[in-house]
Parts: sequence; structure tokens; C-alpha cells
Amino acid sequence: MLEGFGRFCELLYRTILGAVRPPYDLKALRDQVVRVGVDSVPVVFLTTLFTGAVMALQTFNGFARFHAEAYVGSVVAISMLRELSPVLSGLMVTGRAGSAMAAELGTMRVTEQIDALVSLATDPVQYLFVPRVLAGIIVLPMLVVLGNAMGIGGGYLVAVKILGANPVIYMDNTFQYLRMNDLWSGLIKAAFFGGLLSLIGCQRGFDTEGGAEGVGRSTTTAVVIVSLAILVSDFFLTKVLF
Amino acid sequence: MGAADVTAVPAVRLTGVSKAFGGKNVLSGLDLEVPVGTSLVVLGKSGVGKSVLLKHVIGLLKPDSGRVEVGGVDIWSVSARERDQIRRRFGMSFQEGALFDSMTVGENISFPLRRHTRMSVAQVRDRVAECLELVRLPGIEAKGPSELSGGMRRRVGFARAIALKPEILLFDEPTTGLDPINTDALVRVIQKLRESLRPTAITITHDLKVAFQVADRVALLEAGRIRIDLPPADFEASDDPRVVAFVQGDSAMDEETAPLEVSG
Repeated sequence: MLEGFGRFCELLYRTILGAVRPPYDLKALRDQVVRVGVDSVPVVFLTTLFTGAVMALQTFNGFARFHAEAYVGSVVAISMLRELSPVLSGLMVTGRAGSAMAAELGTMRVTEQIDALVSLATDPVQYLFVPRVLAGIIVLPMLVVLGNAMGIGGGYLVAVKILGANPVIYMDNTFQYLRMNDLWSGLIKAAFFGGLLSLIGCQRGFDTEGGAEGVGRSTTTAVVIVSLAILVSDFFLTKVLF
Repeated sequence: MGAADVTAVPAVRLTGVSKAFGGKNVLSGLDLEVPVGTSLVVLGKSGVGKSVLLKHVIGLLKPDSGRVEVGGVDIWSVSARERDQIRRRFGMSFQEGALFDSMTVGENISFPLRRHTRMSVAQVRDRVAECLELVRLPGIEAKGPSELSGGMRRRVGFARAIALKPEILLFDEPTTGLDPINTDALVRVIQKLRESLRPTAITITHDLKVAFQVADRVALLEAGRIRIDLPPADFEASDDPRVVAFVQGDSAMDEETAPLEVSG
């Protein structure tokens, strides 16, 4: 456990060093932004849409008991922006892109492609980690902005179309209690999760041992560790960011 | 140490190199010297640590103790960037080729050129074609590694290794698992590379025929050390029991496999 954290810190340091030193590989960064970001749009779209929808259903059901139905829009918006959109996007992108990074780097390790990089005088951490980690940090906040809109939209659809709320009043309600801080704290979380999932995904792949079986193990542990790390760090980030 | 005579400094020198994995000693106090321009073949049984030895030469593995010098410089006493500078003098070919499977053949070979030189696109293209010509696979730039046979993948690996015109070539089991025709083709490529580039070369193999075809010197790795280091003719004629056992493929003379014979 402690050893794993030490390895994490070492690779974090090497990634930061690799990011600030030339050469800067913009093409690789662009490729990763597409693979981590653009390709994750459908999955984030659906996840947050339905989460917003079910939030509206559930809070309406509960709030009706003390006649607070008017606040459904606010609750959906605040929970999506601050909490659900960043965490769910983080988890979904982990399942899609974090696992793929672990599998790709793991395969490169067991087929000696990482050794080949070193033999060609290329720092594998700089070449492989930096574009992926940067892409995660850049892309996740963007996905979360989309997720926010989808979540609020999902809630709106349920409240207005199914539960019969007044569309104007519902939208009014949605934005009435929102603060800028709700948006920012969610985006900061998202950037943090994006960097975290890429770094751990890369690290698990990079440290793969033992053939095809090892690649499978790395992929699984990457998803498990990142998911736990996101949920645990989410609590502390929330505490710090309010 | 003075640098009065540059040619007197060996291309590669390992002094007292030891390496253990999980408590098991693989190399134990290994000494090895490869003079500039010689082709050394290291023979040894499977699993004796031949690849480990080769990975120490280029700094893919760090010895637990001992020194690895390239051109007189201890590669672990310099910074990571200087170590990368030293690595540019090497061209390494891996067992299965280790081609980057996200790139085409052309992109694989041009990778070191694009990364380490300021060559123009046309110059890079010409150099890639030239390297493919050397390994006798002209015109396959656009193919993906998965479309190639095992022997072709290795030859493309050679082409990538020589793209930067290295001084020192490392071959890790170049022919293992190939049929005799492909093995012969590969040996011819290695001989041709040696003639055209005149590099220092270290080849790891357990194939005696290959060894005698490409070596100036043949060494035997056993129990973590270089036991014998002779010219090919002397090696073949040697009456050292370890050499005889290896050359004749006699497991009865081998400590590890001998009990199998006795138990009958």
C-alpha cells in the first residue's frame, strides 16, 4: 500500500518533469484528447441525463412529503454540478479510458515496446504518461460541463413532462440558488479526477508483469484503484472546496 | 585514466555486475569487455540470464552492484539525460521485434529520426527506405506490424535499430523460434549490417550455427558469469567440459539437468 503510494509519487514527479521539458508532443496530446474525451461523450451524455432524471423523480417523491416540490430543480442542479456530474463522469471515463490505458501500456510492457522506447533514447514516462495525463486533466472538466447540462436537462424533462411542473417556474428554481462556486468546485474535482485516472491507469499498465495474464490483472486493478481513489478523494476535495 | 588512445577504451565494459530478481542471483560478479568493432556472441542456456546481460549493457536494467561502462563512461554515474545521449549510440533489436503496434512500419523506423534529428520529411523518408533496403524488405513502409510474419517483424526491428547509424548493435535472440530459411535470411542481414556499418555488436543466442556465422568472439554465460571468451574456431575446438556439453547439447554433463538422467 505504502509502496504503491511511493511509486505513484515517483511517477507523478516524472510526469510533471516530462511535461515541462521539451520535446512537447502536441500531436500525441491531440490524439489522447480525442480518445479520452470525444470518445467518452456518449457514455457521459447518457449517464448524466438519466442521473438527472432519476434525481428529479426521487427528490420529487421525497419532497412532496413536506410540500417542498418547488425545490426539486435546485436540488437537482446543485447535486449535479457539485457532486454527481464530476464523480460519475470520472467513474465512466475510468471504465472506458483508464482501463484502456492500463491495457495498452501493459501490452507495450510485456511485448518489450517500452524497453524499445528506452533503447531509442526516449523517456517512456514523458512519451506515454504526459499526453494521457494532460488529456485527462483537460478533457474531464469539459465532459463535466456537458454532464451538468444533461443532468439539469434530464431533471427538467422528468419534472415538466412527467410530473407536470411548470416549465418556467422549474427553470427559475433551478438557477435561483446556484452559485458560481458550485460550478467551479465541480470542475476542479473533474480536473483532479482526470489526472488521477490517467496517471493510475498508466502506472498500472507501465508496471505490468507476467504476460497476457498480467495485462488483465493491471486493467482490473487500475479500474478498482481509480474508482476507490475517486470516491475517497471526492470526500476530501469536497471538504476543502466546500 | 587517460584518454590517450581512444581505440584502447572498449566500446562496452562490465565490471563485477551482479543482479538478483526476487532473491535469485542471475548475474553474479560478471566481467565482460567488448573492444570497438568486434562482434561478440554470448551463448548460454535458456533462462541463464543472457537477455538480462544485454539489458544491462544499454541501461534497461540497473545492476545491484558493479559498473557498466560505455566508451569509458559509467552509465549509472551520469544523469538520465546523459544516459539517453549514450543510448543513442546503441541500436537494439528485441526478441519479437518489439515494434510499436500503434504505428506503421515506416513510422516505426522513422521514430528515432523524428525524435532525435532535425532531418526533413524527405530525408527521413529516404533514410527509412534505405534501412528497409538493408534488411531486404523494401517498400513495406505502409504496412502495420500485425500484417508481418515473425521474421519480417524482427527485420523491421533491425531497420529501426540502425536508423540512427549506431556504433553498437545489440541483438537479443535474433533467430529464436524462426524456421531455418528465415534464420538464414536473418543471419545474412546481420552479416550485411556488419559489413556496411562496421559496428561493435553483441548478439545473444543459444543457436551455435548462428553464433559461428556472425562472431569474432564467442563467450559462454553460465551461473551468472562469462566462463569462456574465445575466437569461434578456438571455442569450437575447446575441450572445456562446459563448452563440450553446450556444443554437443549433452544434458548428462549439465549439473542442472543431470539428475534426470541418473534417476532411470
